Amino acid sequence: MDQSYLKIDRVFKSFSKGAKTTEVLADIRLTIDKGEFVSIIGHSGCGKSTLLNLIAGLTGVTTGAIKLEGREVNAPGPDRAVVFQNHSLLPWLSVYDNVKLAVTKVFGATKTKAERHDWIMQNLDLVQMTHAADKRPGEISGGMRQRVGIARALAMEPKILLLDEPFGALDALTRAHLQDAVMDIHARLKNTMIMITHDVDEAVLLADRIVMMTNGPAASIGEVLPVAIPRPRDRIALASQPDYVRAREAVLRFLYERHRFVEAAE
Amino acid sequence: MSVVALKTPPAEQAKPSAKVMTMPSAPKPRLAVGRILSETAAKVLPPLVVVMLLLAVWQVAFSGEGSGLPTPATVWAESADLILDPFYVYGTQDIGLGWRVLTSLERVAYGFGLAAVVGVLVGAVLGQSALMMRGFDPIFQVLRTVPPLAWLPISLAAFMDSRPSAIFVIFITAIWPIIINTAAGVRAIPQDYRNVAAVLRLNQMEFFWNIMVPAAAPYIFSGLRIGVGLSWLAIVAAEMLTGGVGIGFFIWDAWNSSRLTDIIVALVYIGLTGFVLDRLVGWIGRVVSRGTAE
Repeated sequence: MDQSYLKIDRVFKSFSKGAKTTEVLADIRLTIDKGEFVSIIGHSGCGKSTLLNLIAGLTGVTTGAIKLEGREVNAPGPDRAVVFQNHSLLPWLSVYDNVKLAVTKVFGATKTKAERHDWIMQNLDLVQMTHAADKRPGEISGGMRQRVGIARALAMEPKILLLDEPFGALDALTRAHLQDAVMDIHARLKNTMIMITHDVDEAVLLADRIVMMTNGPAASIGEVLPVAIPRPRDRIALASQPDYVRAREAVLRFLYERHRFVEAAE
Repeated sequence: MSVVALKTPPAEQAKPSAKVMTMPSAPKPRLAVGRILSETAAKVLPPLVVVMLLLAVWQVAFSGEGSGLPTPATVWAESADLILDPFYVYGTQDIGLGWRVLTSLERVAYGFGLAAVVGVLVGAVLGQSALMMRGFDPIFQVLRTVPPLAWLPISLAAFMDSRPSAIFVIFITAIWPIIINTAAGVRAIPQDYRNVAAVLRLNQMEFFWNIMVPAAAPYIFSGLRIGVGLSWLAIVAAEMLTGGVGIGFFIWDAWNSSRLTDIIVALVYIGLTGFVLDRLVGWIGRVVSRGTAE
């Protein structure tokens, strides 16, 4: 079992504010294989973003350990690149320079200048954004910004790509395009991806496994559902496929029957 | 909600002939020469008229017998050489006001330049640390209210020379708003940008240049703008006491030899220079922080 790529081992996380301590996550155990696409779903406030931040190393665990390839994660780094919810592109840099900042930092010592340029363009091409390389984030649409955010994360050549509700702020059509783009990238690069979402369809469409979280405080993993639908997946064909419908129903049942969201859960 | 509705700002939909899918950055229409002229006139004429009116009122008000102050006509009659030729040199102490302003500006450049560098660095450190901020902020809030000239005796005692003392007075006057604004700007950097820096493992210097300076630029430059204004206030006052060839000393010298008209001309020079300095720093700020406000 210690051969697992990413291992989240009995992780607890609580935040202290003054004398008040809130337990956010309790006893999270999860192993993820290389090349796997895992979706984490749960109601808002259940701590799924906290879990992602723990894996990213942006916050530390209270107890327990997160190990990537057997090495403990305790600080952020480019091997666990994050695609943030609100793209987080630097508005004073062009699309190209946003990706360049990451590439220069990660490959400054190992690639020549020309190689780095090619690598930047290659990653922008992967998300079909080469046409806007010289534009600033303020000049492109929300969907395009998120594409650039993905390109920047991919350009770090991470061991795990962490996606924190990346399409939450996008409209349905743009979101569908980006989901297809992510599926395409996953198929081509075979990289490990963990995606936080609150969209059931998105979780089922993209993931090999869906991790369902119970409501906070002290949220934990309620259920893990393998999605055995062969790839490549096509959203139109899937809509009527029994496996897809069954998986979707299982997630919906978990979220709305067994762990109904209570607004005043604090 | 459709994609179209999202991508097109409502304001651009006002014209029915406009294409529905245009991006917000539509090409600017070419300005005709006539329009530029009329726009310039619209900006320049009103202040010009007001100046004329004020001069007229001034002329009338001080034309009477026994009036203490000269009229605009007297100023022109007695000090036209100062107005017409700012850069004459007749002797070491008899030079045009342009030269005097430049001498003062040189001192401001040293003092303010030093204040800008030190102020931004100190502000950056303070903005990063809540504890340091709590410790230093009350002290800064007290020190920044000390008038520039109150520092002069201390700095004269410390430097024992008028030139570095004047520069120090500018430095100590200009630095507080720069520190306070920079610290506020650094504290206001969104957590998102800090997360990006953390994932990329940017070191302190990389974070400073790539994230902190551009993100806090609007704050930093509003601090610099206040600072440069205070510098200009301070230098004129300091030169009146320390002497030399600056514009401040010129006023003091003119007062001692009862050349009131010269003083009035010098005031106009000082005002215009201060205005230019303010606009210059504002303009640099706009260029540097282009795109940050998005």
